[in-house]
Amino acid sequence: MSALLLMLGSTVLMAFREIRRNTLRSALTMLGIVIGVAAVIALVTLGRGASQKVTAEVANMGTNMLTIMPGAQRRGPSNVTAAPLTLDDARALTREVTSLAAVAPTSSRGVLSVYANKSWNTSVMGTTNDYFTVRNTHIETGRLFADVELSGGQPVCVIGATVQRELFGADSPLGTSIRLGRVTCLVIGTTRAKGQSTFGMDQDDYVLMPLAAFQRRIAGNADVGAIAVSTVSEAQTNRAKQQISALLRERRRVADGQVDDFSVHDTREIVQTLQTVTGVLTALLGAVAAVSLIVGGIGIMNIMLVSVTERTREIGIRLAIGARSFEVMLQFLVESIVLCVLGGILGMLLGLGGSYAVGRYIDIPFTFLPEVVVIAVLFSGCVGVAFGFFPARKAARLNPIEALRHE
Amino acid sequence: MSSDGSDIERAGPPRVSVPPPAQVEHGAPLMELRDVYKIYGEGESEVRALDGVDMCIERGDFVAVMGPSGSGKSTCMNVLGCLDRPTHGAYLYRGVDVGALSIDQLALLRRHYLGFVFQGFNLLARTSALENVELPLIYRGMRARERRERALRALADVGLEGRAKHTPAELSGGQQQRVAIARAIVTEPSLLVADEPTGNLDSARTIEIMQLLVELNQKRKITIVIVTHEPDVAAFCSRTITFRDGRVEHDQRRSEASA
Repeated sequence: MSALLLMLGSTVLMAFREIRRNTLRSALTMLGIVIGVAAVIALVTLGRGASQKVTAEVANMGTNMLTIMPGAQRRGPSNVTAAPLTLDDARALTREVTSLAAVAPTSSRGVLSVYANKSWNTSVMGTTNDYFTVRNTHIETGRLFADVELSGGQPVCVIGATVQRELFGADSPLGTSIRLGRVTCLVIGTTRAKGQSTFGMDQDDYVLMPLAAFQRRIAGNADVGAIAVSTVSEAQTNRAKQQISALLRERRRVADGQVDDFSVHDTREIVQTLQTVTGVLTALLGAVAAVSLIVGGIGIMNIMLVSVTERTREIGIRLAIGARSFEVMLQFLVESIVLCVLGGILGMLLGLGGSYAVGRYIDIPFTFLPEVVVIAVLFSGCVGVAFGFFPARKAARLNPIEALRHE
Repeated sequence: MSSDGSDIERAGPPRVSVPPPAQVEHGAPLMELRDVYKIYGEGESEVRALDGVDMCIERGDFVAVMGPSGSGKSTCMNVLGCLDRPTHGAYLYRGVDVGALSIDQLALLRRHYLGFVFQGFNLLARTSALENVELPLIYRGMRARERRERALRALADVGLEGRAKHTPAELSGGQQQRVAIARAIVTEPSLLVADEPTGNLDSARTIEIMQLLVELNQKRKITIVIVTHEPDVAAFCSRTITFRDGRVEHDQRRSEASA
């Protein structure tokens, strides 16, 4: 047993000597594996990062958020005949659906906002303080709406970071009045920036005002465009959906057997869809990269075959001084494995480094997956065995006399 | 296939897979060929490289195998060196029938008892003299430190101290052949088989190499078989076997081993 280990050890040693003896060739041989492994690892790592980023951003949109909108959930033209939601619907939801943490009725419209000599096209949304909870939005400076403002319909507003930047630049907007369409409105707060979403939308381009003020001064009606709610926990989401559905069917008098004339959107669905998409893309690109690994393996086989032919005399010498055929075979197999594993390790480093650099450039978080390291090394070892076997067997089957006579 | 055991007295050849020193037949001659044939091809294209060879080589012999090209001397050397097995007949190495051994057993026999020196030196290129000499010891499973010590000693024995780090390309032909001899004797073999060891060397180098071999034969009691076609080389040997057409033509033993 120890003799076998000793022999294995010296075989690995000889393999390293051989690789060092032919540095350039070894490097070129490894290149295929290096590129293959690097490509697979970079794609898998970036794919995982992208999927994480999507998840994080959707979570940023709101925690456990559901959005209720009038009109059936279906493809094609929306059901224009569906009645709008009302503030009473929102109140009923707050009262009766216990699994909801916050209920924010919303209604919005695009307006031109003006301050001094600057103007900016944005959308103004009427809502309540619950909206901040639902959308996971935080006040940066100033304050939320006061109860009086919410009920009295006073023209006050909280502006998003983009609006702030466009109208005020670096100045503080607190306490100044801006014009939203024909309404003059006092700025009482600003929100913390969220940046661009994965879909390229500016998440900071809005003006929020109390729903009552919006309805009276801007919309001129009492409609609620949508109700955004958040559930107590993610586990409660499905139950909440059912409860909301049941309640609204009753309130909107939807007969049994008819489809809902409203829809409940779940942000998790978006996450799932996006994750499926990124997952499929990652798998697809990974498969393409895996093909390059096979090509790399064929490169190894090619070089090993050349190497066996070129080193026929050496094999003859080894056989003459007492190497058994399986020891010759082992030597070439180990050489191929060592080449592949070295290539795999280099490729792994390259892939991780590359995905880190690219990830920084295109703003995707870098995720280190330890299992990827193990898989990369094991897999390149397997490539070494698979593509080294044939050349090694060829070497082992040589006849010592003929091998020694080989020129 | 012909050894019935009746023609020559046999003291029960041991049937061992690899003959360790204790189990081989100490009374028997080192090597014995009994009616050995080596036949290549079949029918009309049949070539009898060895055509019924009988010979006996004793411990301590220093034998030159001579003969014109195609006389079978190289084939004979391959058989004696356990690189090849006879088609017919028996080759007994220390009483063990080599023809009955498997290819791997032959390899082990070579590993433990034989050393080879070739005309073309056959050193590993781009590999230091030390690593070349260490090579047979690697297959013996020897540990690195002992391997190194023995290889350095063998290099010193052939007069190449201080050349251990040189690669074959940095050594002269004579020096390369010395490295090859060091590689052959580092395992302390009982038999050294040399195929035209001086064929690529000038006469001055030839004399040096032959003197080294004579010294190894006399001081270390290593049995040496040299295949050569140079009478000058054969003159160093104590015995000359001449081949012709696959048969032994002359077998001449000299009392004085000098020319």
